Amino acid sequence: MPRENWPVEHVLRRGGFGPSAADLARFATVSPAAVVDHLVNYERQADDVDAKIGNADYVGVVQSGGAFSPNTNIDHARQRWLFRMAHSERPLQEKMALFWHNHFATAYSKIAGVYGAVQATKMMALKSGELPGPQGQIELFRQFALGNFRNLLVEVAKDPAMVVWLDGRTNVRARPQENFGREIMELFTFGVGNYTEADVYAAARVFTGWNLRLATAGGRNDDPNTYYEFFYNAAQHDPTEKTFTFPVSSSGSRTIPARAAADGMQDGIDLITALATHPETARRLARKLWNFFVSELEAPDPAFVEAVATEYLRGNTEMKPLVRFILQSRWFTHPDRWFGRYSWPAEFVIRSIREVGWTGFSIDSVRTPLTNMGQTLFEPPDVNGWELGLGWFSTGAMLARMNFAASLASNQRFNVARAVGGVRSSPDTLLDWFLLEKLTPAAFEFAPYRELQSYARAGIAQWTGSDAQVNAKVAGLVRLIVGAAEYQFI
Amino acid sequence: MITRRDFIRDGVAAFTVSFAAPAFLSDLALAQGVRGRNLVVVYLSGGNDALSTVIPYQDPFYYSRRPAIAIPAGQVLQIGSDRTGKTLGLHPRMTGLRDIFNEGRLAVIQRTGYTNSSRSHFQGLDIYGTADPNAPTGVGWLGRYLDTLPSPVDALAGWNATRETPRALISRLVSVPAIPDARTYSLSSPNSGAEALNERTAATRIASHVSVNRPHLSFVNGSIKGALDTLDRVGTVNTYAPSVAYPNNGFALALRTVAGSMVRGIGTKVYWVQTGGFDTHAGQGNAGGGSYANLMGTFSDGLSAFYTDLRNQGLLNDTLVLQFSEFGRRISENGSQGTDHGAAGVMMAMGGGVRGGIYGTAASLDPNAANPTLENAGNDVRYETDFRAVYSRILDGWLGANSVSLLGGDFRQGAPAII
Repeated sequence: MPRENWPVEHVLRRGGFGPSAADLARFATVSPAAVVDHLVNYERQADDVDAKIGNADYVGVVQSGGAFSPNTNIDHARQRWLFRMAHSERPLQEKMALFWHNHFATAYSKIAGVYGAVQATKMMALKSGELPGPQGQIELFRQFALGNFRNLLVEVAKDPAMVVWLDGRTNVRARPQENFGREIMELFTFGVGNYTEADVYAAARVFTGWNLRLATAGGRNDDPNTYYEFFYNAAQHDPTEKTFTFPVSSSGSRTIPARAAADGMQDGIDLITALATHPETARRLARKLWNFFVSELEAPDPAFVEAVATEYLRGNTEMKPLVRFILQSRWFTHPDRWFGRYSWPAEFVIRSIREVGWTGFSIDSVRTPLTNMGQTLFEPPDVNGWELGLGWFSTGAMLARMNFAASLASNQRFNVARAVGGVRSSPDTLLDWFLLEKLTPAAFEFAPYRELQSYARAGIAQWTGSDAQVNAKVAGLVRLIVGAAEYQFI
Repeated sequence: MITRRDFIRDGVAAFTVSFAAPAFLSDLALAQGVRGRNLVVVYLSGGNDALSTVIPYQDPFYYSRRPAIAIPAGQVLQIGSDRTGKTLGLHPRMTGLRDIFNEGRLAVIQRTGYTNSSRSHFQGLDIYGTADPNAPTGVGWLGRYLDTLPSPVDALAGWNATRETPRALISRLVSVPAIPDARTYSLSSPNSGAEALNERTAATRIASHVSVNRPHLSFVNGSIKGALDTLDRVGTVNTYAPSVAYPNNGFALALRTVAGSMVRGIGTKVYWVQTGGFDTHAGQGNAGGGSYANLMGTFSDGLSAFYTDLRNQGLLNDTLVLQFSEFGRRISENGSQGTDHGAAGVMMAMGGGVRGGIYGTAASLDPNAANPTLENAGNDVRYETDFRAVYSRILDGWLGANSVSLLGGDFRQGAPAII
């Protein structure tokens, strides 16, 4: 059955990691708006994806060095997250977790350098309840995937991984550390141009004392039961007043008043609330969401930015109605926006696995390719996140994409050949099956389409449609299509 | 309703270009100066403890502030004294670089840095990358240089021997390939024999298509073509047989690959090589061993092999190596026999065209807060030579570029005359 529900495919590529064959059947006659509802109200779908890990019906995982330990081994944590992207019934939740991971870009290696691999993995990826300690940062992003941005920002400021990453743990009254105070304004909220260096210093003082502590006295860092937790150290909080160049209270005051140190956490809550509800934060988020959901080929439409910013402020910084608004807006649904975003490496590999197939394929085998493509999960290059868009497409990174397409094609050759079934009357028929049913590249124009045809026909004197002929061609066609520029866009 | 079939065959305006890529590119490489001058940037990642690299071994405060990690005066490799008469020595593991120093082909530039160092690895590296302490994002200083080369710039004009493109090599127009190991910079196929050849031919032709209506597709096709066009040339480096034995570590092997690409006449102008482990907060050790001695062994032995290889190949006069790190470290050791993040560092330049010697002056390590050679209440070394002055000398004097426009300012004043 050819795929014809294009608006739905568009929603599933942007709001998830692309449709699987099962999704296409399931959503064949459903309206895009209903699919958006399905994605946005993800809490109605079971959160059972982790229980599928190890089941032979899904992509495999590799357990190196003993049991699969995604809470204490970062490579296993990467596999768990990739598995979730591939098979979650809540794809938008994982998609937004990826968005927040880039927005609040935190790198595992710095934390591991301080507390070792076990604690650092726990801080990045501990799933609540599986070991003692607070949930890891990525679980926070999943919890708040479409939650309230202001509340998420409060949790991020207290997140142990963040407290290590941006040096909050060394932010003490006598020597305020500006790292977090700067980034919360520069990168997490309203962006450069809206604050001064004096604001940075005041923000650093606001967060003095926001620290972490070893909760399991005497625990060794390599003990999985050891954990660290957020700790507000009142003795290290600067209790004097802090003045900003922008309002920090609903009254319009620009000053956070002096407070007893014991009440000093309120300083941070005040500042976060002010930043989260600032109109420029609303606009900056709107622009980022435009690039993430709508288009990277066109600059954000000012009308979109104003509409989304208004919606965000009216909705008290709630993300769920905002993302629903975007995915149902004319800006998103317009056919000009189809295939208008450069896929991130994680999106590219997961989409290709979901389309090509995964039986007998291990998600562990995408880790090195992802690194070669420039996206090691839990290891963004810096707090600014990844270089998106064109930044993903260096020659070396594109070579890695082509080579991944080759290895997936090689691994899935016989599964794909079986899926071809009876659609094999000619090489052209076989090619069209890939382009019309199996895979979802952007349109190939006539000249490259002819090159694909030439490849499908090459080296075959007499096409009989034998299994041998089909087996010989399917892997090359998968490689050529998945490794083509037309496939790198979602 | 538009079907996918219609969509695929909906002939929008498009054309296909084809040209004999390898010949064209080798002509291009020739035109842009194969066997011309090149710059090899060596980045010591993590913040190199400059005071353990170039040791002020007669400063009493060096010993009093570093009781556990100081190198005894009798073990340093003496290199003479700076213009203030301060005697200096290299770390005992740097015998290779000491010999190059004695040949007059190693320049040591003391106390390099900039004002208000953030002491952050990321920001520090970004600042050395953009060459703008106020703007650590955007294109890099070497990327801006590559952007000035006549268009079309050869796909291997820059060569990054690490996986992620460093800020310094990010450019507007040139996509610098990341080739950590030439042996893995290769194209895989699910097929073999004729089928694989047909597939590669098809991939090349598909990527040669220029979509008029979809320039973003053409951009990605440009990367695909860039990869396909460089594969064979990078592949020639794999068979390179060096004239000396290189140590068996990642840094030395990257340098060996760089030497191979020079010998093969690839035509690369700028290389980036790095080696890590310099964030020595603990267990730094002293002359007898410890992590720092190993770091210096890797650094010096690798560069020494590279230097000898290039000399044997007759390429030393075409090559300039520039070493830097994102910051220096605290003067006083910490409680775990290591050092924390500090300020000014040391840069070095090596090559056939280098005027060897000691540039700049050493700090006095006297922790007196009034000591003008220190900052941060006597805790850190204050910079004397702006790192951009070193860049300007290289851009103007080696690469034949205009440092004022590339660095957004005139830093020639006070630039050490290393070349």
